[in-house]
Amino acid sequence: MSAITRAEVAHLARLSRLALGEDELDHLAAQLDQIISAVARVQEVAAEDIPPTSHALPLTNVYRADENRPSLTPEQALDAAPAAEQQRFRVPRILDEEA
Amino acid sequence: MSVETPMKYDDALARFEPVLGIETHIELGTVSKMFCGCKTGFGAEPNTQVCPVCLGLPGTLPVTNRAAIEGIIKIGLALNCDIVEWCRFARKNYFYPDMPKNYQISQYDEPLCVDGHLDVEVDGETYRIEIERVHMEEDTGKSLHVGGETGRIHGADYSLVDYNRAGIPLVEIVTKPITATGERAPLVARAYAGELRDLVRSLGVSDVKMEQGSMRCDVNVSLMPRGADEWGTRTETKNVNSLRSVERSVRSEIERQAGVLAAGGRITQETRHFQEATGTTTSGRSKEEAQDYRYFPEPDLIPMAPAREWVEELRATLPELPAARRRRVQGEWGLTDLELRDVVNAGALDLIEDTITAGADAGSARKWWMNELSRRATEQSVELADLPITPAQVARVQQMVDAKELNDKLARKVFEGVLAGEGGPDEVVAARGLKVVSDTGALEAIIDQVIADNADAADKVRSGKVAAVGALVGAVMKASRGQADAAGARELLLKKLDQA
Repeated sequence: MSAITRAEVAHLARLSRLALGEDELDHLAAQLDQIISAVARVQEVAAEDIPPTSHALPLTNVYRADENRPSLTPEQALDAAPAAEQQRFRVPRILDEEA
Repeated sequence: MSVETPMKYDDALARFEPVLGIETHIELGTVSKMFCGCKTGFGAEPNTQVCPVCLGLPGTLPVTNRAAIEGIIKIGLALNCDIVEWCRFARKNYFYPDMPKNYQISQYDEPLCVDGHLDVEVDGETYRIEIERVHMEEDTGKSLHVGGETGRIHGADYSLVDYNRAGIPLVEIVTKPITATGERAPLVARAYAGELRDLVRSLGVSDVKMEQGSMRCDVNVSLMPRGADEWGTRTETKNVNSLRSVERSVRSEIERQAGVLAAGGRITQETRHFQEATGTTTSGRSKEEAQDYRYFPEPDLIPMAPAREWVEELRATLPELPAARRRRVQGEWGLTDLELRDVVNAGALDLIEDTITAGADAGSARKWWMNELSRRATEQSVELADLPITPAQVARVQQMVDAKELNDKLARKVFEGVLAGEGGPDEVVAARGLKVVSDTGALEAIIDQVIADNADAADKVRSGKVAAVGALVGAVMKASRGQADAAGARELLLKKLDQA
């Protein structure tokens, strides 16, 4: 049984805003399946008493004081923006016309 | 879009039982953002409170603001929640430009506070609203949609984004389903939002200004036929930004859904928007494709494990909460339930308490705020607290009344002057010459004149009809342009007419 289906890869691509062609889907689905299967082998050794790791450092509770630090100037902030207008980031249309 | 005919509210309630759920977002009033040191002030010029962290630039790392965590724990404790011993942040992934990172740092299956409750009162009946969870996240940027229909996202040509708000600490409070409220559902929803606002305000962790968006409610409503035990499909009305709108949105959504269901239709699970102008909701994003945010534990932040000692320290800092305070002042001021409710609804609790602190007695403090000043606030269509008069000034006026330097009528003129910007009470008294005539000689002269002018009434009093003195007192007050002390004038009149 495959670890990930072609349909799931298509769905993930859509969520990630990746335009994949049919060929690419075939190609990537097979590759991802192999990768996930390989990683899944870790689960064979993971015992009940080993919690899943989300962070490599054995730390908790690192906080900073509630103090201000300098911000960028608007010019700096917008410097690398593809488009700016009225001191704001200009982005393409977000949603199409309502159906 | 199909044409919907809403059902009349009473008919809808006769056939259906509403189930509510409310998600409330509250921006915390920290001086810096959740994960960086940028300022958080409202109304700054666009993109002046941003840095590489909150702009999601490569190579940056977030660090959690301790004051924000203290704030949410206080809220959790005030809502009777358990504070978990260990939890993590999660990434909520989505493509929408209000977050420059393409994800929002939030919490998913491990919220910081769980299983609380908040009691609210409607028409003298208490409803316990169960709290499912309270979790920590960051606010998003603000978008301006250009072109297309006025300011709407649909059909806009493009959008302009200001990231000042992105990364401001945001607390989300989620209720469990609120059932068995029947026809009071809209009022219960409003009472909950109001009580939550007052509670958070009392904690001093947020300014909870709904009109500025530092508190906003998403209101879920579903209907089930009376007697059924399976809930209907719900809709979620987003970002409702006043208490009144919370009430109206629930009401109109009940009427709309009942209309759809009664006509044999189905409710679409969707987001809706409340329209202030019509008091109704309109369809927003349809959830035809289930949301898939691909949550996973945030790898850039380490877990939180709030020590029990820390939690107890924070619990010890909680102030007197609104419900306890209301019980206390009701006893101290000797109010009936109804009088207390009026004071609370008028937003006069703080004002009266501060007036008492400034030296007035409870009865007078309440009288001025609830009668004279409430009336003027209504006339000017402003909130009581926004009248240009301070509790200390009200206390000063009452002090002059107590000292018999002013009577009630003159006191009202003093309030009029203070509200008109003529200065403080003493200045108004001096400028307008508002003093009770306490000079006995002057008062006697007025009284003699009044007795001479009103011989008939005077004779009645002389012959023992003491009640007739009222007309004479009135005449004295008129002749003194309200500046006589009525009780003193009455006494003097009776004396002169051999009735004392």
